[in-house]
This record gives sequence, C-alpha cells and structure tokens, in this order.
Amino acid sequence: MVGILEDKDRIFLNLYGFHDWSLEAAKKRGAWNATPDMIALGRDWVTGQIKNSGLRGRGGAGFGTGLKWTFMPKEVKEGKPHYLVVNADESEPGTCKDREIMRHDPHLLIEGCLLASFAMQAHTCFVYLRGEYVREREILEMAVKEAYEAKLIGKGNIHGWDFDLVVHHGAGAYICGEETALLESLEGKKGQPRLKPPFPAGAGVYGCPTTVNNVESIAVVGTILRRGADWFAGFGRPNNTGTKLMCISGHVNKPCNVEEAMSIPMKQLLEEHCGGIRGGWGNLKAVIPGGSSVRMIPAHEAETALMDFDSLSALKSGLGTAAVIVMDQSTDLIRAIARISYFYKHESCGQCTPCREGTGWMWRVMERMASGQADPKEIDMLLEVTTQVEGHTICALGDAAAWPIQGLFRHFRPEVEARIASYRSGKPHVQGVTLVAAE
Amino acid sequence: MSVRRLAKIQPESFAFSEETRATADWWISKYPEGRLASAVIPILWLAQKQEGWVSEPAIRAVAELLGMPVIRVFEVATFYTMFMLEPVGTKALIQVCGTTPCRLRGAGDIMEVCKTKIGLKDHLSADGNFTWQEVECLGACANAPMAQINDYYFEDLTADSMAQIIDDFAAGKTPKPGSYAGRHSSEPEGGPLTLTDPALYDGSLAKPVILPNQPAPEPVEGGAA
Repeated sequence: MVGILEDKDRIFLNLYGFHDWSLEAAKKRGAWNATPDMIALGRDWVTGQIKNSGLRGRGGAGFGTGLKWTFMPKEVKEGKPHYLVVNADESEPGTCKDREIMRHDPHLLIEGCLLASFAMQAHTCFVYLRGEYVREREILEMAVKEAYEAKLIGKGNIHGWDFDLVVHHGAGAYICGEETALLESLEGKKGQPRLKPPFPAGAGVYGCPTTVNNVESIAVVGTILRRGADWFAGFGRPNNTGTKLMCISGHVNKPCNVEEAMSIPMKQLLEEHCGGIRGGWGNLKAVIPGGSSVRMIPAHEAETALMDFDSLSALKSGLGTAAVIVMDQSTDLIRAIARISYFYKHESCGQCTPCREGTGWMWRVMERMASGQADPKEIDMLLEVTTQVEGHTICALGDAAAWPIQGLFRHFRPEVEARIASYRSGKPHVQGVTLVAAE
Repeated sequence: MSVRRLAKIQPESFAFSEETRATADWWISKYPEGRLASAVIPILWLAQKQEGWVSEPAIRAVAELLGMPVIRVFEVATFYTMFMLEPVGTKALIQVCGTTPCRLRGAGDIMEVCKTKIGLKDHLSADGNFTWQEVECLGACANAPMAQINDYYFEDLTADSMAQIIDDFAAGKTPKPGSYAGRHSSEPEGGPLTLTDPALYDGSLAKPVILPNQPAPEPVEGGAA
C-alpha cells in the first residue's frame, strides 16, 4: 500500500475524474446518502459533529470550521438573511485541489453547501470561483442544475430547507481569496480587503451575517456526518485531524494531487505517492510545504517534518493549503523566491502603503540578489523591510510576501552572500567591494 | 499592483448581442433584488467574450445595464487582470503560467517557444492572430508547466507540444485541452496509485446508512429505568 490512508477511508472518490461526475454516479459513490436524516437531526447536531471532528479550515489559515460556524448570530434578524460563501478562488501558487473537487466531485460540494447553510440558517450560498476556472465552472453549473432538477436543493426541496446555490466567478485577482476582498468582489467592487471588525459573521456580503469557507472544508462535511466525527478525528494527530488533499508540484518524479491522512511524514508522501525526488532523496534542496506564502524548509528538516499544522509551524513554516513545492539541488532558490516576490508585487491590491510599495521594493531587491548585483548590506535591510511590511497591512498578503523571503535567508543566507561575492569578484569598481573583501 | 490603462484607440460604440444580453439577464437574475452590481464581473466577461476585449464603450454599456456609475465599472475592469483592455489575438490568447511551481518544471522553455513563434509578450502578433502573456499561478501546479489558451487549460507542456499547439491554432484547428503527457488529470504519471479499490464504485456506498453519533432519544416520563 502507498501512503497511510486506505482507499475505503477516502472522501474524494473521483479525485482524478476517471468516473462520471454527474448526480447518478455521485450518488452511487455515496453522495447525498442520508442527507435528509442529517437535516432531521437539527443544526446543533450538524455543527456539533463538525466541531467534534476537529476539522480545521482547508483554505490555509486552519481555523476550526465548526467553531467558525458558531460565530453566526443565533437568530436571523428581519432583513438580514444569513449567507454562506464558498471560497473557490484557488490561487495560492502550488495549490490545485479545489479544482479537482469542482470538476470531478461537484455533488460533494453541493451537498456540503446545503448542510453548512442549514447549520447556519442560511438559505442562499454563493460559490465564488476564480475566473480562470472556466471548465470547472461549466461542470459545477451543470451539477447545480441537476441538483435543482432532482429537488435536492431549491425551493420546496426534499430536505425541507429552502436553499439556493449561486455560482459566481471572479476575473483573475489573487487577493479575492482573502475573505473580505472576496465579499467586496462579490458585491461588484474592486477586491480590496475590508478592515475587521466587523467580521463577516456580523456584517459580510450585503452587510448581512456571512461565513466564508474553503471548498474542501465544505465538501468534506457530508461524508464526516455520514461516517461520524470520530471516524474523521481518527486520522492524524490531535489538533491536526482528518484527511487532506495534498498537491505536490516541482521536482518530484510524479507530481500529483492525493488525499492523505493528516500528519503523514513529508518524506513518505513524496517517496510513495510522487515517485520520490528527481535524482533521489539526496538531491533535495528545499521544500515549500504549504503554498508560496509559507517559509521554505531545507532538506534536513523535510526529512522528519509531518504534514500537519503543528509540525510545520514548529519549523517556522506552515501547512497552509498543503501545496508542497519541491526544489532539488539544481534549483536557483534565490531566483525562485524572486519570482514569488514578483507574484506578490503583481497581486497586491494597492490599498495599504506598506504592501503596495513594499512588495515592489522587495521584488526589485530580490532580483538584484538573484543576479548578484546587490550590496551585502542590503540583506539585512531587506530583512528589516520584510518585518516592516509583515503585520502592518489590513490583510495577510503583506505577511505572505514577507515570509518566503525570510524563509530563504533563514536557511540559505550564505548562498545569497556567495552570489553577491562572485558577482563582485574581478569587478573592483563595484561600489562597496572593498568592504566585502575586508569581511 | 499592475498599472492597467484603457487602449488609446477605442471603437465608436458597443452593443450587446441578443445572445450576450440573454446570458447577462440570467446572471442578473442570480442575485438578490437590488444587488445588480454583483453581476458586473460576469457581464464584463460576457462583453469580452463577444468582442474579444473590453473597450470603453463596453464599460459604459455595462454600467448602464446595471445602473452603476461608469467609474465603478471602470475600476473593476482595470483592477481584474482577466479583462483585456486591448485587442488580443483572434485565433488564440495564450496565457502561460510563469509562477514558481511552473518555472521549476520548465515554463521558461514554453515562453521561449511563444516568443519565437509569436513575438514579444503582451503584443498582438503582426497577423493579428495571436497574443501571448505571462500570467500568475493558474492553479494547475500538479500539471506544470501549463498555459490557458482562450478558455481552457493545456497541461504538462513541453517546448515541442507548445509549438505544435500554436501551429494547430494557426492552421485553424482547435487543439484539445488537457494533459499533453498522456495523463487523465492530476493523478501521478503512469496511472493512479490510490482509489483502485473496486468496492468504492460498486454502489455499496449508496446503501441506506444509519448515521453515527445520533443524540440519545429523550427519556420518556415514567419509563423503565
């Protein structure tokens, strides 16, 4: 057997799309099974089960999904309907899991939307897809149509909870993956994050109580309720429970998506599911374990790291979306991080000065570091600027732009210094070169 | 941020086609009453599908349709990078993913091919048939390197397959989207190592189940202890 998780314990049975995504086939795989019974047990039971399962948000931050649901007002006020918004604006570099759910197992998502909306007394749910996912949107729209026609959702459906599902799309802005920027965008504005408080549970889309959840967090709800919170909680380590879709890209022999148990050793994930590192484990240089926003870890830490929130944050990195970007010895790490810096410069929404100006500044310095044209003194200046951006912006994009750079220098500072020194050797007229020689 | 401005040369006018108008109405009907503005991105996208790009008259027409101030629609059109503010290639708009995961697997080579065959990036080719751009992560990293051409994803590309795809578009064919390394989707190359148990697909999972962890039934007054 490869990995830890057995086939019988997987949630996404059509992850690779070898089977039909349509309603009939999805039902055969267990979707929509016993959904009316779940509704009959009441919303406190649904929320309680999700809490007990230990499910933590799958969009990156890892906040308890059940707990988030309880932040919604207990009573629905007149003129303030509750909304569920599903964040399908999957744009974190390295991440490609929600796409597979939407194009191959859309009914698990629709079922989850119904259950989560019921738990939060919402009658309407918006699914916000990134604009580039055209095929995924076409399939999701067809699946939603099927569900309406089968009276699984809609007014007067068989579950007795009136529920509308609206598929919406964006148009290519990474920042719309931030929940309040997503709500702004859904209202037809530029996707610039809102100041919090008020939190979306108090005033979200159209000023009404709203909860924003990731696609994967919602799509697992039906199966958790069917099989039991304790079943889901049985995978992984305490506080890091359940199964998780992991996306592996970069220098492995066989990049892929796979559903695995949380806390699987990173080495086992890469060796067994992805055919190992290109050129063997010894050829590994560094891994970005959770999408481009988290700090990289070097090979010797990857050796023992577990794929969960606690293990990776102990290494000053993070699980993020479990998008593992693998880099072997041939990788120019400085160039790789400079490209990530360009990404954040491109995607900054421009609202907060530290981020708007800082991301561009950090990118330009990173480019000079990559070509060796920087001054050695600039390394510390760059690191100081990252701390000036981090934590000084409305949303986490500023932090996300700072962390990859900090990760690079935390583990590979000598490499940058060597690059600068090698550019300067034989160029005595370069300013500051004598200083380098003196050191 | 990226600076995005409207094209210098603009058409005289823009009119929704009947088909676009019908789809636009369908989008508007999706949102709660009085929330027309929510449809602005989908409708700008429809306008772009109709004309190939978003012109100033199109922005005005969308603003009028949704009862929004023109400046608000203008903001949206310039903020979101999927809106093309200048005419693009009529045969293909090739958007190569250039972010790190794709770079690690050779996106640079793909872009070289585009450069040789089409010309400078972000420029309409001389014959007006092609535009290629470098875009940020498209979310298909397990199938890197990849490109979005017109609407769909072309994955697991090599310099050769990219060249072939461009030639096919130039010859008026419509190359098939998906993996160009023989993969079905994002399973490991050579076939899936998981989800191989036939019991998952034989219908046994659709049999009635009794939900676990149900609350204990309410104790009946005076019932047996």
